[in-house]
Amino acid sequence: MKVIFSKLAVATVVGAGLALAAGGVANAAEMPKRGGILTYLNPAEIPSYDAHRETTFGVVHPLGPMYSLLIRVNPDNPQSATDFTCDLCEGKVPSPTDGGKTFTFKIRKGIKFQSGAPLTAHDIVATYKKIMWPPDGIPSSRKAFYRMVDTLTAPDDFTVVFKLKWPSGAFIPALAAPFNWIYSKADLDKHGLNWHTKNVNGTGPFLFVQDQQGSFTEGKRNPNYHHMGLDGKPQPYLDGIKAIVATKLAVRVQAIRGDRAAIEFRGFPPAHRDELVKALGKDITVQESDWNCALFFTPNHESKPFDDARVRRALTLTLDRWSGSQYLSKIAIVKTVGGVVFPNHPFAATKAELTKLAGYGEDAKANLAEAKRLLKEAGISTLKVNFVNRGVDQPYKVVGTWGIDQWKKAGIDATQQVLPTPAFYDTLRKTKKFDIAIDFNCQSVINPIADITKFLGTSGANNGNYKDQPLEDIYAKIEKSGDETEQRKLIRDYEKRALSDEAHMLLTLWWYKINPHRSYVKGWKIAPSHYLNQQLDNIWLDK
Amino acid sequence: MYKYIAKRLMLMIPTLFGAAVLVFILLRMIPGDICEVRMAGSGMYFDQEAIDVCRENIGLNKPLPLQFIEFVGGYFTLDLGTSMWTEKPITHEIQLRFALSLQVAIMATIVAIAIAIPLGIISAVKQNTWIDYAVRVFSIAGIAMPSFWLGILIILGLLVYSQAWFGEPWMPPIVYVPPWEDPIGNLSQLIWPAVATGYRYSAVAARMTRSALLEVLREDYIRTARAKGLIEKVIINRHALKNAMLPVVTIIAIEFAFLIGGLVVTEQVFNLNGLGKLFVTSVGNQDYTMTQQLVMIVVLVFVLVNFAVDIFYAWLDPRIRYS
Repeated sequence: MKVIFSKLAVATVVGAGLALAAGGVANAAEMPKRGGILTYLNPAEIPSYDAHRETTFGVVHPLGPMYSLLIRVNPDNPQSATDFTCDLCEGKVPSPTDGGKTFTFKIRKGIKFQSGAPLTAHDIVATYKKIMWPPDGIPSSRKAFYRMVDTLTAPDDFTVVFKLKWPSGAFIPALAAPFNWIYSKADLDKHGLNWHTKNVNGTGPFLFVQDQQGSFTEGKRNPNYHHMGLDGKPQPYLDGIKAIVATKLAVRVQAIRGDRAAIEFRGFPPAHRDELVKALGKDITVQESDWNCALFFTPNHESKPFDDARVRRALTLTLDRWSGSQYLSKIAIVKTVGGVVFPNHPFAATKAELTKLAGYGEDAKANLAEAKRLLKEAGISTLKVNFVNRGVDQPYKVVGTWGIDQWKKAGIDATQQVLPTPAFYDTLRKTKKFDIAIDFNCQSVINPIADITKFLGTSGANNGNYKDQPLEDIYAKIEKSGDETEQRKLIRDYEKRALSDEAHMLLTLWWYKINPHRSYVKGWKIAPSHYLNQQLDNIWLDK
Repeated sequence: MYKYIAKRLMLMIPTLFGAAVLVFILLRMIPGDICEVRMAGSGMYFDQEAIDVCRENIGLNKPLPLQFIEFVGGYFTLDLGTSMWTEKPITHEIQLRFALSLQVAIMATIVAIAIAIPLGIISAVKQNTWIDYAVRVFSIAGIAMPSFWLGILIILGLLVYSQAWFGEPWMPPIVYVPPWEDPIGNLSQLIWPAVATGYRYSAVAARMTRSALLEVLREDYIRTARAKGLIEKVIINRHALKNAMLPVVTIIAIEFAFLIGGLVVTEQVFNLNGLGKLFVTSVGNQDYTMTQQLVMIVVLVFVLVNFAVDIFYAWLDPRIRYS
C-alpha cells in the first residue's frame, strides 16, 4: 500500500510539474520577484572559454549568461523548433529578401560590453567571420553550418547583412546556435582570435565575476542589459548566478535535495526524478521534454559481414523500438521513437511514415521473422558481434544492453566491450576495431538540415566507415531546395535510404530530458536541448 | 648523518627521472586522443579540420622526444607547462586544488591518529578482553569499508536525518571555502571527508599500533622494567610506545602521501575540487601534460615522505645510525 501511495504521489507531483512546465500562460502572468543568486549545477568542466571552438554544454551553461547572441530560440517558447527572436537585433527576426538570399538585421543601440565598449554591427560581423571563415590555426567547430553564406557586411554601425549563395531554411537556426557568442571586434583585433579562450567580455544578462576551474563560475547582474522584464524594468531578475561544477550524477541529485543548488539544466534519469519528488514533494517541480539527441548502433561497414545491407537491415529489424520505448523510458533518459529528424519538428516522420521503415513496424514478430530471413539469405547461420559501448551508464550502457538482448532473439550473439570515453573514441575513429558501436547525435538548435549530416559517410562526425553517393546526392538536393514541402519529401527519401534500405545506422530511440528543480525557480522553461535557453535572463526566485 | 642526507637527496634525481620516463611512455600507450574526446565527446557536429587544428595547437603533432624534452625541461625553467584541456598554466591549476587536498589530508591524518593510537594501545594492553575484541571489530570494519562508500552513507544519512529532525534536508557545502575566509563553512564541508577517510586510515594504523606494541611488550627490557617495579603506565608510555611507533609512523606517513593525490573517489563523492578529482578528470580527458605533472607531484611527495620517515626513525630509535 505504501509503495502504491508513493508511486501515486510521485505521479501526482510529476504531473503537477509537467502541467506547470506546460502552463506558460499561468507562469507568465505571475509577476517576477527580483533579487537572489541562482545556484545551479554544471555537470561538465569548462574547457576553454571560447564557445566558437568548443562543443560541450560545459561551457554554455556557466558562461552563456555572460554573452548575447544575434538571434536566439525564444526563451518563452523554447519548445518550438521554429520560434526565433532577436537578441541583439531589433524587432523581429527579419524575413529574407532577394529570393530568400539576403537577411538584413538592424542592431539594437546602447548596448555595452562588460569592458564598457559599445556594441555595433562591426562586432557582429567580426564574430561571425571568426565562426564562419576562421583563418588557419583557429578552430571553429561549426563553420560547416554556414556553407550557404556568401558575404557578410556591415553597411553602417547598426546594420548587418548576410547574403547567401542559395536560399536555405538551415540558415536562421544555424545563426541562433547557442555557441555563437558575440565578441567585441576591438578584443579580436587587439588581442587576437584566441583571446576569448581565457577571457570573458560579453553583453549578456550577467557580468563575469570569477571562474575557479573545476569548482564554480560566478556572474553578477548586468545593469545595462537590453531585454525588459515583465515588471517593466530591465532583466535579469536575479542579482547573480553561480554555476557549480559537479560531475557525478549522485552529487547533483543530492545537491538539489539538500538545496545546495536549485537546478541542473542537463537532465536526470527517471529514477532520480522519482527520488527527488518523493523526498521533496511540493518543493520540487519537474519539467520534461523530448531531447534533440538520438542514440544509434552504428555498424562498421569495413567489418564483414556488416558491409552487407541485408545484415544491417536484419540488425535493425530485431530492435523492437515501440516496446523498448515503453520499458527503457522507465530506467533511462530515452523515450521517443523517431526517424532522422527530431520528433516534434514539421520535417519529422509521422508514425505512419515511420512504420514503413525497417525495424519500425509495430509487429515485432513479423520484423523478427524478416530479420531471420535476411540473415539466411545473406548466408549467415550464426552472427557474432563485437559491440563497443561507451563506459557511461546513461543512456549508453542501458540501451546497449537492451540492444544485445534484442539481437539475441534473432540468434545474433553480441559481446559488449565497454570502454572509457578516450578509448571508446580511439576504437571508433582510429583503430576501427569494432563490428557495431554505440553512437549518438546531440545537437542544440533543432536544425534538421544540419543535424541529419550525421548520416553522411563524408561527415566528420560519422563513424560507420561508408560512402554512399546516392545519399550524398539526396542531401545536396535537400540543402539547396528552398521549398519546405520538397525538403520534407526529400528528407523521407534520405531517411528511408539511411535507416531502412541501407540501414547505415540503427537509430534506437531519441533521448528524453527530465529536469527536476527546486520549485522556487521560476521563469525557466525546458527546451528540447540542454544547450538552449541558457542565458537565464528570465529566471527569478520565488523565495 | 649529513652525508647520508646528501646521498639520499641525490638519489631522488634518478628516481624522479625514471618516474618521468615511465609516466611519459605509459600515458602515450593508453588509447585515446584529447582532441577526439573534446570534439566528439559531446555528440555535436564537428569538423575533422577542427580536430586537426586542435592537435596542432596543443602540440600533439610534435615528435615524442621533443614532447619529452619540453616536459622534463620545464623543471629547469620552473615552467610546468599548460594543461592541454583548459590551456591554463598547470601551476595555476594545481595551486587551486592543492590547499584543499592538503587540508583534507591533514584533517584525515589528525582524525586517524586521534582514533588509532589510543585504540591501538588500549587494544594491546587489554589483549584478549572484550575491549580488544571491540577495537579489532572496529578496525576490521574500517579496513573493509571503502572510504567513498562511507562517504556516501554519511551524505545520505545527513540528508535523511536532517529532514526527519528539522524538516529540511541538509548536506555539506559542495564548494570549497578557505578556512581563513569562513572557518565554519570550511569545517562543515571538510570534516565529513576527513572522517570518512580518517576512519579507514585509523583502522590500519590502530591494527599496526596494537601488533607493534604487543611485540615490544614481550621484549626483555620491558620484563626488566616490570621487575624493577615500574608502574604499567610509565612502562607503556616511556619505554614501549616510542619503540612501537616505528612501523606506525611509516604507515601514517605513507597514507598521508597517498591522501595528497589519492582521494580519487572520495573527492568525487563530496564534490571536492582537489588533486584526486583533477587526476580523474585529466586522465579521462587524455590531458597528457596535466596528468604527467600530477603523477610527478605524487611521486615527489612519496619520495620526500619516505625520506622524512627515514630521518624520523633515527629520532625514535637511537640505535639506528645512518652511514
